[in-house]
Amino acid sequence: MRSYSAPVWQMALKLGLIGGAVAALLALIGMVEVFNQRAIIGGVISMGQTFLGLAVLLSAYAAARRAGTQTRSTALLAGAVAGAAVGLVIGGLALLMAAWPDLRTILINASPTLLALLTFGQAAPVALAIWIVAGGLLGAATGALLLLTPAVRSAILAALGAVVLVGVLADLLRLITSAWGVIGQALRWMFAGRGLSVAGALVVAAVVVLIGVLRQRGLPKLQPAAGRRSPRQTLLSLAISLAILALLPPVLGTYMSEVLDQVGLYVLMGLGLNIVVGFAGLLDLGYVGFYAIGAYMMGLLTSPELGFFNLSWWAALPIVLAVTILSGVVLGIPVLKVRGDYLAIITLGFGEMIRYLALSNALDPYTGGPQGVQLIAKPTIGSFVFDDVTKLYYLLLAGCLLTGFIAIRLRDSRLGRAWMAMREDEDVAQAIGINLVSTKLLAFATGAAFAGLSGAIFAAKIGAAYPQSFHLLVSINVLALIIVGGMGSIPGVIVGALALVGLPELLREFAEFRLLVYGVVLVVMMLYRPEGLLPSEAARREMHEDENVTEESALAQPAEPAIQLERTAT
Amino acid sequence: MAILELNDVHTYYGHIHALRGISLRVELGEIVTLIGGNGAGKSTTLNTISGLLRPRQGDIRLYSEDLRLLKPHEVVAKGVVQVPEGRRVFGRLTVTENLEMGAFTRQRGEVAAHMERVYALFPRLKERRRQLAGTLSGGEQQMLAMGRALMAQPKVLLLDEPSMGLAPVLVDSIFDTIRQLHGAGTTILLVEQNARMALQVADRGYVIQTGEVILHDTAANLRENESVQKAYLGVS
Ligand SMILES: Nc1ncnc2c1ncn2[C@@H]1O[C@H](COP(=O)(O)OP(=O)(O)OP(=O)(O)O)[C@@H](O)[C@H]1O
Ligand SMILES: [Mg+2]
Repeated sequence: MRSYSAPVWQMALKLGLIGGAVAALLALIGMVEVFNQRAIIGGVISMGQTFLGLAVLLSAYAAARRAGTQTRSTALLAGAVAGAAVGLVIGGLALLMAAWPDLRTILINASPTLLALLTFGQAAPVALAIWIVAGGLLGAATGALLLLTPAVRSAILAALGAVVLVGVLADLLRLITSAWGVIGQALRWMFAGRGLSVAGALVVAAVVVLIGVLRQRGLPKLQPAAGRRSPRQTLLSLAISLAILALLPPVLGTYMSEVLDQVGLYVLMGLGLNIVVGFAGLLDLGYVGFYAIGAYMMGLLTSPELGFFNLSWWAALPIVLAVTILSGVVLGIPVLKVRGDYLAIITLGFGEMIRYLALSNALDPYTGGPQGVQLIAKPTIGSFVFDDVTKLYYLLLAGCLLTGFIAIRLRDSRLGRAWMAMREDEDVAQAIGINLVSTKLLAFATGAAFAGLSGAIFAAKIGAAYPQSFHLLVSINVLALIIVGGMGSIPGVIVGALALVGLPELLREFAEFRLLVYGVVLVVMMLYRPEGLLPSEAARREMHEDENVTEESALAQPAEPAIQLERTAT
Repeated sequence: MAILELNDVHTYYGHIHALRGISLRVELGEIVTLIGGNGAGKSTTLNTISGLLRPRQGDIRLYSEDLRLLKPHEVVAKGVVQVPEGRRVFGRLTVTENLEMGAFTRQRGEVAAHMERVYALFPRLKERRRQLAGTLSGGEQQMLAMGRALMAQPKVLLLDEPSMGLAPVLVDSIFDTIRQLHGAGTTILLVEQNARMALQVADRGYVIQTGEVILHDTAANLRENESVQKAYLGVS
């Protein structure tokens, strides 16, 4: 064991330096500074500082984990070394920035604000010392976490995580709760500055720990054991979920309703693209085209500005859907024989083509060209007009429930099985009697219809359709949310939309880093959880094939190898 | 009466004239084998029958009904089911799910009974019914591919080199299965490179060379035929 101590040192140092380098890089591209606008605990710790602290924490945790916990000192030592190394790099960056102010001409984000943030307002050498000592201490504390029992450890981590999460969203929570009248008044002490107050943070931590303790005792069973639900329980939980969903806009307020609307539009599209890509295995990168066709058709049919039809939203809807379905088939026919990468490229072209058509002057009388179409009709029921985000939420909710239901029924239908067979192997699908032509076209058509509905609601929401709303990025977003949620998984679409559309809306000031975070999230997902957050059955089994096999073969051949072993032994 | 009959079938790949007037027939309950070297046109013949390729000339009849212009899924619906070359299974689905997929053209109510029949034929598959098909051994995958085709209750089963790349023990067991199917009255058109085994199970055989039938006879006679022995049975 003693002979390991040198490699442990090196390993911890290496991890620390890597962690520090990543943190320094993120600081230099401006992320830390932007994060710093929000506080976790007002006046005590900002989000930027938390971010850098997280670099220490993660590096130290990884180092301590690898060092092992056989002896207390190795874990502590490894954590401390890694933490100090992170501190060294960040403090070193501060030193560099202080010594060489011109750095800013090369790295524009090496601003005085960042310097002040990194040096705590001290002289740079002092700051370096502080960073190393603080990093070492925090690292050692992280190492110490590993020595605790798992229950205590997870309680501490959960409490810290919850404080950070609530702190990050504190601004928003304050906004939301302020609309709650008396309750909002009563909760005001929880917030300070742009974060939580100290008392608020303590309460959040205490609540999380308390819930953890209660759960471990097994007192209130929040969730009944999976697979043992009676139909009545399912119905009950469905009713409760619906009631909660229906209550969201009044409880959360306008801003959150807007965010939820955005999520809803993407859930609709996600459910549609999930049929094309997830069920049928047809990689479609031009999906935004159908969304655009839905919105523009709604404009063409209802906008008095264009003055063709002036239909009501509801009267136009069936026509809009019919046209998008038709466009799905029209796109489908030329790509019937095309597979994989080629399909992706051709559909990509299709999406861009639609956007250029919308932009072009040739179609100006129908699409409004670059100016777009205004005055698109809002849906009405009787005298009730869906004219703001809170009301449209209900329309979207109804749309999502309907399409979700359709998607589930389709998945379990004969057509769903044909899609699955086609996704797995087109040639074999044909050999077992599946009509590839109709199966493919139905996938494109259904997917297009869902996107058309989303586009029609989108048009009503903003009352207009502009070419720039239908950028390629929309397609990428929808595809990414499907991948993150889990290819082919219907609940995955909802989770993916919340994570990739909802969350960024809540963290608006970080919008410029959105694509960076996307990239990182996707890479990390592909490495550690390729099946997605809520994988479909088939994907989950495939990714965990090894476990599956051993379990099955153990069942299939009981005790046989053991007998052979005995024979060879005698 | 012949259940399946090809008459002067010509198939092209672009300009390549791959089948140059193939005529053959398969009677009810028979095993007929097509033997021939690499690139002789055996797979092309099967793919032409199953509708994957369209012949430029000639006709293909199932009980005197014309198959020539039908799409592949329509040919399957008529009862001509092919087991493609290279034991293609749905790797991410379980054995049972693969079999269910095979019954795609059948009524749902019939599935369970047929599945039991297939499992009786391939007990090994039954042991592994919840295993992912992609993790089966090569021989097991071939059995599964055959079982999946049987789930469609074919009138004629088209087998494309079922023994390809399998260890000798497995080759034996695949041919045992073919014999059992024969015993149960299944009509089979069998393409094989392993002519020795094929001629042992078959009733009759056709020898194909560069897209033409150069010889056809009962399997017993072909086994005795000198040129067949030289070219395909490795007897010198
Ligand atoms: N897709 C294709 N395009 C062009 N030529 C093809 C194609 N498929 C097969 N051929 C040609 O057609 C001829 C017959 O091929 P086929 O696959 O039917 O042979 P085979 O008898 O099945 O051979 P093997 O025993 O090697 O499977 C060969 O000359 C082959 O090169
Ligand atoms: Mg072949």
